[in-house]
Amino acid sequence: MSRADVSRAEVPRAAAPPVPAGRGRGTASGYLALFRNELRLVFRRLRTRVLLGILALLPVLIGVVVKLNTDSPHDGRGPSFIAQTTQNGVFLIFTALAVALPVFLPMTVGVVAGDAVAGESAAGTLRYLLVAPAGRTRLLAAKFTAGLVFCLAGTVVVTLSALAAGAVLFPLGDVTLISGDTIGLVDALPRAALVAAVVALSLSGLVAIGLFVSTLTGSGIAAMAATVGLVITVQILDGFPQLDAIRPFLFPHYWMSFGDLLRAPMYWDNILKDLGLQAAYVAVFGSAAWARFTSRDISA
Amino acid sequence: MTGTPVTGDVTEESVGGRAAEVRPAPAPSAPPPSLPAGPDDVIRTRGLTKRFRGGQLAVDGLDLTVPRGSVFGFLGPNGSGKTTTIRMLMGLIAPTSGTASVLGASMPQSVATVLPRVGALIEGPALYGFLTGRDNLDRFDAADPTADPRTRRQRVEAALERVGLSAAAGKKARAYSLGMKQRLGLASALLRPRELLVLDEPTNGLDPQGMREIRTLVREVAAEGTTVFLSSHLLDEIEQVCSHAAVMSRGRLVVQGTVAELAARAQGRLVVRTPDTAKAAEVLAAHRVAGPAVEDGRVSGELGALGEEVLPGLCAALVAAGVRVHGFGLERGTLEDAFVALTGEGFDVAG
Ligand SMILES: Nc1ncnc2c1ncn2[C@@H]1O[C@H](COP(=O)(O)OP(=O)(O)O)[C@@H](O)[C@H]1O
Ligand SMILES: [Mg+2]
Repeated sequence: MSRADVSRAEVPRAAAPPVPAGRGRGTASGYLALFRNELRLVFRRLRTRVLLGILALLPVLIGVVVKLNTDSPHDGRGPSFIAQTTQNGVFLIFTALAVALPVFLPMTVGVVAGDAVAGESAAGTLRYLLVAPAGRTRLLAAKFTAGLVFCLAGTVVVTLSALAAGAVLFPLGDVTLISGDTIGLVDALPRAALVAAVVALSLSGLVAIGLFVSTLTGSGIAAMAATVGLVITVQILDGFPQLDAIRPFLFPHYWMSFGDLLRAPMYWDNILKDLGLQAAYVAVFGSAAWARFTSRDISA
Repeated sequence: MTGTPVTGDVTEESVGGRAAEVRPAPAPSAPPPSLPAGPDDVIRTRGLTKRFRGGQLAVDGLDLTVPRGSVFGFLGPNGSGKTTTIRMLMGLIAPTSGTASVLGASMPQSVATVLPRVGALIEGPALYGFLTGRDNLDRFDAADPTADPRTRRQRVEAALERVGLSAAAGKKARAYSLGMKQRLGLASALLRPRELLVLDEPTNGLDPQGMREIRTLVREVAAEGTTVFLSSHLLDEIEQVCSHAAVMSRGRLVVQGTVAELAARAQGRLVVRTPDTAKAAEVLAAHRVAGPAVEDGRVSGELGALGEEVLPGLCAALVAAGVRVHGFGLERGTLEDAFVALTGEGFDVAG
């Protein structure tokens, strides 16, 4: 089949412009195609896979360290999760999340969200997406959604890796909660899933911040570095008691409250504060990102 | 059918070589070339201006009219504001002042309805190096909300086939040569039938073979009825493929019209080929031909107001003077002559 045949078959109307205006109203599946494609794009990047790989390794390392420390005569008096872990492998999930949440998880999220728009701008692909036309609001929404899914993926990877490592390194059995109650393994796993979901949602404010930073610059590296730097700075600020007045408004302030889910009954106050704070950050920085991105000249 | 003949169909790509000596005058084309054109203009700008934040005036009061069905050459040296104009037309950057309409709708307000009918290649290709050529097209097609996902696979394959990349479609784009990247960019512009194809220096950086391939594709697409808006800093490229042209210089539009019209602005020159150059120059000067210039084996001069009626007499006079006339005739002007005549400056082709 010659090229001409193909084009004739595929482009029956091309020979007879003008094509009526109003052709090609978008369909729902056409609209959502970019969201699906964005997800595929994120998870096909080598960088994403490396980040997820690091997150998968983390619980294994923690498990091994805890195991070695308990085998030694020195009786560790570390954080409560770690002490519990030696008795029950399921607790490695909570230990791993407690270690990953302050630094590792937000760093990976900062990399993914910070690069989202700036990376495309630097590569020049942004202009081709926009003349497709992706629509600036739609593209931003797709990037945000993909960022959220990455948060969930990162959290799930930590959780599953911790469960596997915990099962191999430590005994599994009934779980003694922080409040002293004991629940069976079957009840403990849904709780772990709930904890993972809350942790993932805790990162949503950071996705919006990263996306906003990403619309400010034409360099993916700069946006990633700025976002990750911001995470670390805010974490440090959150450690100063002198800043009590503003600390409750810092996005990582309530991150560690997920431990409240390990009580009976579950204690939701701080978790709801956390989720509310994240929603506020999403609203503020999401709007800022939108305002910036929809009005900006794309000259890269 | 208002398809305009592509002048380049007749003149074959003359690599090197001076003026296109035997250029046939392109057939008069259907759409009127002059400014107050019909409502069917594909691109229309009025006073379009872009001043960048640094204060740089990149485009200055542009009044551009691109008739439907034309292959429109947008010509100008590097830095003359071609890409900036195209970015404004595609809604990527906002004009400082003035208006632009594409396919009858104003930009950048109407990007969502206009751009699905436009294919564009802007300032070189940009691809996801870690994706295959096929997946790159898949992504750009998915970015268009009006593209039907059910026909995506099929359209992607057709576009790959069209630019001759079917065999390399499974390779990662970072392994592509510049020519292949450029063709993949073209494929993404051709994922759907388009009314307008905007190509910003599509042959930039390509070898002669790559240039030929792109130009052939442009002619094919134009022959199907798609209006092509092609920017270039290469004069001969415009002469070869375009029916219309506009010339930019330092952000301003110098002139626009059909290529034939523009070239006609440069006066034809009388050229005599002869070994007896000195004697021929004497005879021409005696017959009031302006500024006979002697080169190796040829003498040329301006007829000026004399008109073509004097040619037979001139020829006879040369022969009578004993000049061995090997060749005698008028050489048509080229776009380059026109550019020099219009701007009073040379055209920096090297760029
Ligand atoms: N984003 C920008 N910021 C400031 N100046 C720019 C920008 N883009 C282009 N320019 C300037 O505008 C002028 C026109 O550039 P451009 O439109 O790219 O020209 P061309 O495409 O004809 O080579 C140049 O002087 C260039 O330096
Ligand atoms: Mg340019």
